[in-house]
Amino acid sequence: MQELDQFRRDVRAWLQSNCPESQRQPITAQEQYWGGRRGKFPSEDARRWYEAMRDKGWICPEWPTEYGGGGLSDRQAKIIKEEMRSIKARAPLYGIGIWMLGPAILEFGTSAQKQHHIPAIINAQYRWAQGYSEPGAGSDLASLQCKAEDKGDHFLVNGSKTWTTSADKCDWIFCLVRTDPAVKKQEGISFLLIDMDDPGVSTTPITLISGESEFCQTFFDNVKVPKENLVGEQNKGWSIAKALLVHERKLMAEMGSDSPRQVIAPNEAARNYLEFANGKIVDSKLRDELADYDMQMHAVALTHFRCFEEKASGLRSPAPLVMKYVGTEAEKTRSELLLAIMGSRGLGWEGDDFTAEELDTLRLWAMSKAMTIAGGSSEIQLNVIAKSVLNLPQPGEK
Amino acid sequence: MPMVLNEEQRLLRDTANEFLATNSPVAALRKLRDERDPLGYEPQLWQQMAELGWASIILPETFGGLDFGFLGLGVIMEACGRTLTASPLFATAVVGASAVLLGGSEQQKTELLPNIAAGKLTLALALEESHHHRPCHIATTALAQGEGYLLNGSKTFVLDGHSADKLIVVARTHSDERDSDGLSLFLVDPMSAGVSCRRSLMVDNRNAANLRFEQVQLPPDALIGEAGKGWDILEPVLDRGRVAIAAEMMGSALEAFERTVAYLKERSQFGALIGSFQALQHRAAQMQADIELCRSILLQALIAVDETPEQLPLLASLAKAKLNELAKRVSNEAVQMHGGIGVTDELEIGFFLKRARVTMQIFGDTGFHRDRYATLSGY
Repeated sequence: MQELDQFRRDVRAWLQSNCPESQRQPITAQEQYWGGRRGKFPSEDARRWYEAMRDKGWICPEWPTEYGGGGLSDRQAKIIKEEMRSIKARAPLYGIGIWMLGPAILEFGTSAQKQHHIPAIINAQYRWAQGYSEPGAGSDLASLQCKAEDKGDHFLVNGSKTWTTSADKCDWIFCLVRTDPAVKKQEGISFLLIDMDDPGVSTTPITLISGESEFCQTFFDNVKVPKENLVGEQNKGWSIAKALLVHERKLMAEMGSDSPRQVIAPNEAARNYLEFANGKIVDSKLRDELADYDMQMHAVALTHFRCFEEKASGLRSPAPLVMKYVGTEAEKTRSELLLAIMGSRGLGWEGDDFTAEELDTLRLWAMSKAMTIAGGSSEIQLNVIAKSVLNLPQPGEK
Repeated sequence: MPMVLNEEQRLLRDTANEFLATNSPVAALRKLRDERDPLGYEPQLWQQMAELGWASIILPETFGGLDFGFLGLGVIMEACGRTLTASPLFATAVVGASAVLLGGSEQQKTELLPNIAAGKLTLALALEESHHHRPCHIATTALAQGEGYLLNGSKTFVLDGHSADKLIVVARTHSDERDSDGLSLFLVDPMSAGVSCRRSLMVDNRNAANLRFEQVQLPPDALIGEAGKGWDILEPVLDRGRVAIAAEMMGSALEAFERTVAYLKERSQFGALIGSFQALQHRAAQMQADIELCRSILLQALIAVDETPEQLPLLASLAKAKLNELAKRVSNEAVQMHGGIGVTDELEIGFFLKRARVTMQIFGDTGFHRDRYATLSGY
């Protein structure tokens, strides 16, 4: 415990002297650094901050030092995160390379894949996209059809992937592909890394209700992928996909309480947009809804904390399996509540009649609708809880 | 402190569950009800519970206590919730003991606490005056008379009010009827002249009473704490009570939920187990999610009593409000998912439904605690 206290003091001191003042403000979408071949630093301070963190090994503090990580324990990594949050430090680098692919390669990849891709993620060399869903394979992900034929020294990939986040800005994509169409659907899937500069790869953005085109559809037309880009065994990709989904759901669950774009908390918005009398919100229904939301978020935050403590103590509980569901549902509630609190000021689409914060709130409200769909919809999450936690019978079971 | 039970606490939980399943299953409550038991609990069982140290679980060793803290108490309350065990545990060992511990003089502590610990003294807090929890709305008066006080007023929903050896009465020694200032706590012998008591028969078959105080003479040493400053004792006592009753509610909700999930796995309709139907699976999964959130809240609130009392008011309101909601949802769904047999007296699920409605009112309903949470949060 004492060692951790000392570690915390060291982290605090290092952050104080290395995190530029401009990097301790709430971040907008334009100010995020995502790396990659075409990635640009939004500012000189953002570059200094990223480089300092990279050289310290704290871009991914719990990854092994031989690949550029910090080699630290989960508890130490958590302390860094907490100390960064306490000074409102921005994340120096964003990307699903850090959040999702890196952990998968560290667990399932070959030594050569680790040597190449892990440092490339930390050094922001490639920006990664994820190729899971297809137009015909959403909630029923395992029915995916994008095929990769074994051609001896390479795979020949044909098909398409949808909801490939920011794929038009990405350099590489990790994909679930069908390598054996003859077996049970989960048993013929492989996990491939594909360079998006390869001939035959093309991407089209999809405009969403938020007006943004964060998601894309990516097409593969006779794309040759070298065998060395297969992660794990051929036809064993589903278990990697499942491990990654657990990870993705954890991230999405935490976004509600830890969103990089969180503009304003509902209880702060209440001060600016609602009438108060004797220290209380006059609109008793909104006051009650706000308290209900704050209580739910309080409970969610405590449960994240409990999940961490249980993991650290080697205890298992059902809690991690419910977090994607409760976290993203709470995120939706937050957006609805903010709109209700802001009234007509929360309805602006663009222009000078509204503040940047108001416009962002509206766009985030539209985006929050995707949170309970992506990464396994709320309904799929409930199926998972019913099956894995409650051991309820499968459809038709007698 | 980490939000996980240590080995000692897990052992206590297992022992408690085992002891109560053997000695006080739900059938014991049914028996008390059917026999219209005048006391409303089994004194022999309470003696055994005291011998196990449960009556003194939060008391310091100097007063014969086990000093296991509130996490330990939470484990016992939860176990009692699972079996709907009727006993003086809540009114005496949690609420009464806390009032004496937090507000009593050295003499009062020395006199009362070891007897509580030994299971020889039961207490009841006479607080409520209306049908909703309004702890500051006190019209009962205790006016200075000579060296002592003269008590007048009436109380309702006094848990264990008809069976307790001593009453702790909240009365007003000055100020307006709705002010937290001017309240005082008094230790009153229910046999004193001017005290009358009528037992209320409640839906949960547990103990509650209406009390009247007419010109009751109180000696000066009946006062607990300082005159007019009773709120400083009462508020933390209520918060401790809220967290403890929330733990009991967690036990009852878990038991009702587990019995319901088991039923979903054995009942067949349309040629399939009903637990295979998504309409029921999703509702069960949502309850599981609520249970996980409530578990975290409860652990943190129990820890706060002993370690971070400055956070207790907010956490106690969070815990009581959320467990109220859980108790309502789970008890209703338990009946609905059992179908027709769910509304029969033979099935024990009905006992859980009924107890839930009473615990939901004890020391504040959901609206009370949402309002308090909002006020404490500055809006």
